[in-house]
Amino acid sequence: MIDNIEILPEEYFKKVEELKQDGFEMMVDLTAVDWFRKKDPRFELVVNFLSVSKNKRVCLSVKLNDDLTIPSIVSLYPSANFYEREAFDMFGINFENHPDLTRILMPDDWVGHPLRKDYGSGRIPVQFKNAPKVD
Amino acid sequence: MEENNDTVKDLDFWATNSEEGGWNISSTDEGSQKMLEQEDEMTTKIQMGSDVIDDYFIEDDISDDERMILNMGPQHPSTHGVLRLQVELEGEVVRRVQPVIGYLHTGMEKTGEELNYFQGPTNTTRMDYLSPFFNELVFSLATEKLLGIEVPERAANIRILMTELNRVSSHLVALATGGMDIGALSMMIFGFRERELILDFFEKTTGLRMNHNFIRPGGVAADLPDNWQKDVEDILKIIPEKLKDYDEMLLDNPIWQGRLKNVGILTTEECLAYGVTGPSLRASGYAWDLRKMQPYSGIEKYEFDVPVFEEGDVFARWRIKVLEIFESLKIVEQVLGDMPKGAYKIQDKKITPPPRKRLDESMEALIHHFKIYTEGFKVPEGQVYTTVESPRGELGCFIVSDGSSKPYRMHVRGPSFCNLQALPVVMSDSPIADAVAAIASLDPVLGDVDR
Repeated sequence: MIDNIEILPEEYFKKVEELKQDGFEMMVDLTAVDWFRKKDPRFELVVNFLSVSKNKRVCLSVKLNDDLTIPSIVSLYPSANFYEREAFDMFGINFENHPDLTRILMPDDWVGHPLRKDYGSGRIPVQFKNAPKVD
Repeated sequence: MEENNDTVKDLDFWATNSEEGGWNISSTDEGSQKMLEQEDEMTTKIQMGSDVIDDYFIEDDISDDERMILNMGPQHPSTHGVLRLQVELEGEVVRRVQPVIGYLHTGMEKTGEELNYFQGPTNTTRMDYLSPFFNELVFSLATEKLLGIEVPERAANIRILMTELNRVSSHLVALATGGMDIGALSMMIFGFRERELILDFFEKTTGLRMNHNFIRPGGVAADLPDNWQKDVEDILKIIPEKLKDYDEMLLDNPIWQGRLKNVGILTTEECLAYGVTGPSLRASGYAWDLRKMQPYSGIEKYEFDVPVFEEGDVFARWRIKVLEIFESLKIVEQVLGDMPKGAYKIQDKKITPPPRKRLDESMEALIHHFKIYTEGFKVPEGQVYTTVESPRGELGCFIVSDGSSKPYRMHVRGPSFCNLQALPVVMSDSPIADAVAAIASLDPVLGDVDR
């Protein structure tokens, strides 16, 4: 039921423009997968589109280049705003021309990107903003 | 600045060979009286909610002295949890809104990668805490799709029964808190009172009032209790009567109508652009319901209507929730008469743990029990995105499996997270007193937003 399309990062923005013209009104989900030490290139961006008029879904997966930079699609789909900020926050993917690419879920002075596979889970000291230094 | 960078190096929690670069850890919002460090045309437009349809207007006679930035939350009862809003006011009119979220972030997607598929629902059920069954259902559906299995009919029907009752209880909370925000305190008492009936049934069936972990990959955890028909019949009898009371109290009430009509308008175009789904989309005139369009768990065999309103204001979003409760009860009534006998779990030894009794009799059962409770079951490689219609909209679950017993990546598309982006649209250019009504009408659950 969901069409999976794999494309290159260079074609990504153009493909999204085409999808928008084809009647995919909604961008419902945008997330990334970290294939650390499993696949090369390491990061994959997965974007789900929904056409409510045609009752169809399309899933774009983009293998990101090493500089982890990809054009933002907020200008086409305003709903991508929070999702791209989340992907930036959790994976460190840079979205070019995003209006406000800041951390969304983690504190704004957090170090690291938690959903990367090389970011350990558990036993991480909780970082507090402007906390006094304890030796 | 340099000192901060040294601290970073000292922290010893990086995995080896990490590819993290240097980090700028200066704070951006400490004592700031600006909405953002750098503001350009696009961000301002988004905060004004005018990037899709430009209905923004400025009254010239309000001077700059009247502009102020107000911080709402995160500790504010009418923001439905720990939602923080930075609001720019001009006199009493809201001009710009910047939602700030993340106060309830607990890293559930990261946790989901550590739990196996059998334990997965315990994690996802805690995301949207007002509709836990939907979270369990969407995770289970995704896992089953990867496994390529079909659950028995009784299990599918129990799932529909529980989720539709859950939709009723969730909408009742939305009505209750929505009423409370506007000052209709009786509505709050009423809503929570009726929800209690349903939660009692949930407790009887699953053992818990919320966070049930009842719907699991392969079926449901337990069969329905004895005499469950009577409990459901009671719910079906009592709730419609009480809903009539609400209508008597509120529907023709001039104060209620005055507070809600023509407030917080979302057009169809804005809904589609911002990815707003669920009751809010249907209140804006688009009849889109995943239960009809992309049915799951056998819901297509039941008859129900999808209420649609054209107005797209807070009143329509309130009204549609009341009508959806009636439709959900219609489905529950049909499930009541259509509950086949049989297994409530899939009879696959690799997926369903054997009953306790079998462990004393069979070595094979003991092995399967041990395997499932320690390692879990393995799921074939692949990626899948499944959706269900939760009370707040499209709830999706994206799972990538690498063939092991734990999801390689588990992502939940929470409807509240996406719907929250429409807050600037519904709040801008309206008085601050209408802001809380507008927030309540979108019904965000912060557990679902932050995950």
